[in-house]
Amino acid sequence: MPKLIPQADDLSRPFWNGVNQKKLILQHCTDCDKLQYPVKTNCYHCSSSDNLNWKEVSGRGYIRSAIVIEDGRLDRRMPDQPYNLAVISLDEDPTINFYSNLPGVEAYKAPIGSSVEVIFEEVAPGQLIHEWTLVH
Amino acid sequence: MITEIDNSWKRDSDGLGVWEHRGKVAIAGFGHSPVDRRWDEVSLDTTLGAYAILACQKAMDDAGLKPEDIDGIVCCPTTIAGNSGGTASNWAPRPYFDPPFDSEQGITRVNADWLIQQLGLHNVKFAPASAPTISEMVGLASQAVGDGLCTNCLMIYPTGNLTGRYRRGGPNASDMAPGESQWTFPWGNHGGNDFINIFPHQEYCRKYGGEHDDVAPFVLNQHRNGLMTPWGFNYQNDIPQLTKDDYLTSRYILRPLRLWDCDRPVNAAGAYLFTTSERAQDMKQKPVYVLNHSEHNFPFKTTQPTLDEIEMWTDKTAERMYEGSGLTASEVDIFNPYDGYSIMSQFFLEAFQWHGVNRGDAFAFYDGDITVEGPHPFCSSGGNLGNGRTRTAMYTDSIEQLRGTAGARQVTVKAETALCAFTTPSSGGWLMLGNSPD
Repeated sequence: MPKLIPQADDLSRPFWNGVNQKKLILQHCTDCDKLQYPVKTNCYHCSSSDNLNWKEVSGRGYIRSAIVIEDGRLDRRMPDQPYNLAVISLDEDPTINFYSNLPGVEAYKAPIGSSVEVIFEEVAPGQLIHEWTLVH
Repeated sequence: MITEIDNSWKRDSDGLGVWEHRGKVAIAGFGHSPVDRRWDEVSLDTTLGAYAILACQKAMDDAGLKPEDIDGIVCCPTTIAGNSGGTASNWAPRPYFDPPFDSEQGITRVNADWLIQQLGLHNVKFAPASAPTISEMVGLASQAVGDGLCTNCLMIYPTGNLTGRYRRGGPNASDMAPGESQWTFPWGNHGGNDFINIFPHQEYCRKYGGEHDDVAPFVLNQHRNGLMTPWGFNYQNDIPQLTKDDYLTSRYILRPLRLWDCDRPVNAAGAYLFTTSERAQDMKQKPVYVLNHSEHNFPFKTTQPTLDEIEMWTDKTAERMYEGSGLTASEVDIFNPYDGYSIMSQFFLEAFQWHGVNRGDAFAFYDGDITVEGPHPFCSSGGNLGNGRTRTAMYTDSIEQLRGTAGARQVTVKAETALCAFTTPSSGGWLMLGNSPD
């Protein structure tokens, strides 16, 4: 069963356009030199809105924490249950995190602390999402 | 009538000092409807609206007031089934009933206007529309009375639940993930307190030692307290005491989060009567004084809050609450933090350092004597876990403990001050109460 399909809006469209080109690009505040994800209208750190640009990141991180969804509420994901839901911290800035279902990792077997790298997965024709896979 | 207000009433920043109305506002009454698992979709005397009316009448009776005495009303315009409730949150498109149940108002929602009409509250001059949760409503009612915007303020919190699985449907049944959900839904996170807290809880177990099931003694004690709470779901429905085996064999929802770490959605309403301390002296009950209220809404830095952030946020709320009330941790007798999921209560316990519990100490504390008869009567209300998702238990128990009318739950230690909350680590609010205005 496919995953839910993200609907880009004006603010997030550059991010999803990057994902669709298999690039992980995050907002970067040139005022305070901080990255942020998800996208926001202002910089979380310095509140600036004028100098939020986009910056491609390495797409490397590690598994910070993980659970297994056995009884979630999303209709579209129910056939997948049980499945991993991990929190991935980004190497460039470990305070930035992403969700991942850890494709290729059996449910209940998420190796906390392990290195991962970004991959891209099609959830609808022409729409990719960012996912994370173990680095072997 | 609707009173337009902004957010300036909130006490939601650092360094505000002692609350200017400390001890000058009191809770003089409360009332609860019966607590049903769901509305049966037939009986008009058990609708959410009928229950809200009943709770208000009981609160007024408790204080010894009549509808004409009420000049303020704070009511939650939505129910906790929320926007993603789908079939669980809307009666439409099914036919409605005769007035006053001829719209969603009274069936799945209750607002101030509807209650003003049904209860004949003709002297209301303060009826704000924007108070989405009980944590903000108790703060708003306290501040409004203190500021003189009203004198006798009814605060009503209805919690609806219809047939069908809770919060199924709506956006949760969609194939698309718009708005904020674009960052969470594709990977299976439908949002909520369970997701916010389960990852930090996992980090907590790794950082301080212990495992998830170490919360079991706390959950069991919440159920035990609930069975001593006549206005709660478990007591009213003869729910058997949860056993450790029940807990340890219960199915997982978000593993390691188990079924019994979750609270039971219910159909019910609770109401409270806030007034000035001066007026409260002449009312029926011993006044319970408001010593401070505090609200918080910390923005997420990234997708998922971490343990570090949760600890920072809860430390900050504790600091604000103690500063505003002029009390210290050792001066708090009753402590009723939120438990609607079990996995976050330790964050509050340790932030407020109640009974000397510091970071990483909660599981050992749970394993000690936390019964209401013992020296550390943690969550004497039984909370949501022991009473259903009314989100009122923490407040009502605190009032009863300070009045000395908690019955079988009455603690054996001193009960002169109480901290209570509906809150998550990131958003919500706290209320400090005392049986003296000083």
